[in-house]
Amino acid sequence: MSLQPNSITNPDLSETKNAKTAKPRSLWMDSLFHLLKSKTSLIGFCIIFILIVTAIFAPLIATHSPTEQSILNQYQTPSSEHWLGTDALGRDIFSRIIYGTRISIQIGVIAVGISMIIGVLLGSVAGYFGKWADQIIMRFVDILLAFPSILLAIALVAVLGPSLRNAMIAVGIIGIPQFARIIRSAVLSVKETEYIEAARAIGAKHGRTLMQHVLPNCIAPIIVQATLSVGTAILDAAGLSFLGLGAQPPTPEWGAMLSDGRAALQNAPWVITFPGLAIFFVVIGFNLFGDGLRDALDPKLKK
Amino acid sequence: MLKYIAKRILLTIPVLIGVSVLTFSLIHLIPGDPAKSMLGTKATETQLKLLREELGLNDPYIVQYGNFVGKIIQGDLGESIQSNESIAYELLQKLPATIELTIFAMILAMAVGITAGVIAAVKQYSWFDNISMTGALFGVSMPIFWLGLMMILLFSVQLQLLPPSGRLSSSIELETITNFYLLDSILTWNWAAFKDAFFHLLMPGIALGTIPMAIIARMTRSSMLEVMRQDYIRTADAKGLKKRIIIFRHALKNAFLPVLTVIGLQFGFLLGGAVLTESIFSWPGVGRYVYLSVLGRDYPVVQSTILVIAIIFVFVNLITDLLYKYFDPRIRYK
Repeated sequence: MSLQPNSITNPDLSETKNAKTAKPRSLWMDSLFHLLKSKTSLIGFCIIFILIVTAIFAPLIATHSPTEQSILNQYQTPSSEHWLGTDALGRDIFSRIIYGTRISIQIGVIAVGISMIIGVLLGSVAGYFGKWADQIIMRFVDILLAFPSILLAIALVAVLGPSLRNAMIAVGIIGIPQFARIIRSAVLSVKETEYIEAARAIGAKHGRTLMQHVLPNCIAPIIVQATLSVGTAILDAAGLSFLGLGAQPPTPEWGAMLSDGRAALQNAPWVITFPGLAIFFVVIGFNLFGDGLRDALDPKLKK
Repeated sequence: MLKYIAKRILLTIPVLIGVSVLTFSLIHLIPGDPAKSMLGTKATETQLKLLREELGLNDPYIVQYGNFVGKIIQGDLGESIQSNESIAYELLQKLPATIELTIFAMILAMAVGITAGVIAAVKQYSWFDNISMTGALFGVSMPIFWLGLMMILLFSVQLQLLPPSGRLSSSIELETITNFYLLDSILTWNWAAFKDAFFHLLMPGIALGTIPMAIIARMTRSSMLEVMRQDYIRTADAKGLKKRIIIFRHALKNAFLPVLTVIGLQFGFLLGGAVLTESIFSWPGVGRYVYLSVLGRDYPVVQSTILVIAIIFVFVNLITDLLYKYFDPRIRYK
């Protein structure tokens, strides 16, 4: 897999005349090299970078408070005072979108964190121990997959109660099956390698073998899946907020902003246009970067 | 073949049991007293008691689950708290609208997605390939609820070309037979209604079909590229077959299998995405029914509807697998 030494993936390096001059690159440097070569993943990286910088410096970038209301300023068209106009409560849309980046990152990290931790745990146990553990875990995953994911999220939020926290939990839960499946298949292939056999032979216990030897070698697919999942998680959470099941007012969440703006679709189209564009760009960013990462880290998966 | 079908059908049973357990458990995930949560804070103690009794919340879990499954097998999905109507009846009223929308979206997604994918693969790195794959990337990243709103803004508000909501204009009369409006209008030779129903379907169909369309296009392209590199394609080319025949008879037929899997999985997406799409376009289907029930805390409706949709999805997956076998008889079930 991606752990092959460079001399195999890169035949030039094995030639004796180059052997002295060419410095072998590590797996990570090699992947970084591939990643930087691809224009699309660079665009994705830039979008993510802008998102993070905006989130960190939101108070400096925003021109107004994201929650300050001013009924007199209701539905102002975009102007030099309010760059992207104002909403029904006279709040500045530009500032709300800027602060919304923080919520998007929060959703991305927490929801994907939930899917990743539980998914990796389930997938690695299923793949490593096999037999009944595999059967039980993978049947459970099959059952989760039997529900259309967004519908399961809606049902979970419906019973847990609408809030941003519960939306993140629900989006996290529906992401578990993908992680579990990918990690399981990665663990299955790593498990059969000789160094795992060697680790077992020198007396490493199962827990140690799994944590120290198997999982670190499955890190590439985990990173790829996590990056791609952030985009989906933001999209799903925005969908839930749009339905009124996620972030609650006055939180400047982009999906909730779209939902607020629906009433004024005819008279104030800017209220829905810009938050939607923000979601769209951020999701594109994560998709582009995730695709690039996949190609760089695991050429076999290249689509 | 028969053995394969039997095995595959038997395998759906544990999944169906799991699905029923999970949907049954949903109501017990409600923090606090489900009855209080459903009736609100103003409910009297007698009302709460009645509802608990009605939903069987006082019984042990295992008895509750037994009753739940027993009723479902008899086609009894319980009653809606909001309307007091039978949920099964209400669902049957709303299912045709959702199925019509889903099938329309899927046909659209397949027609555009497969065509674009094939052309992009055959003319790899051409301008068409670049544009269609950029379009596909935009498609998979699209918040469909936003796309829906933007379409309403453009086509209904600005250009006034398409109706923003509903299934049929109030001025149009249509005798309903199957409740699938396009089909009904054909059956009754009502072309005015057909045109109107079609126009109503267009925007929700496009909004719902966008993501599957993009995924199908990407999958078709990569699968076709893989097949086009095979020796038998070169042989077909070398023996002088027309390009059209090579692409459609030799390449696409073999490239279709992974696409078929994606199509099956996307049906699930469509059933889920219908909640968002139907709520934007006020489409009177199952998705909107779920949405309104969630807002109204009508948990029995949420529970039953989700169960029904999951069962439909399990069967769609079953059909996909059986079709897979039909397209590629080499597949065996271990």
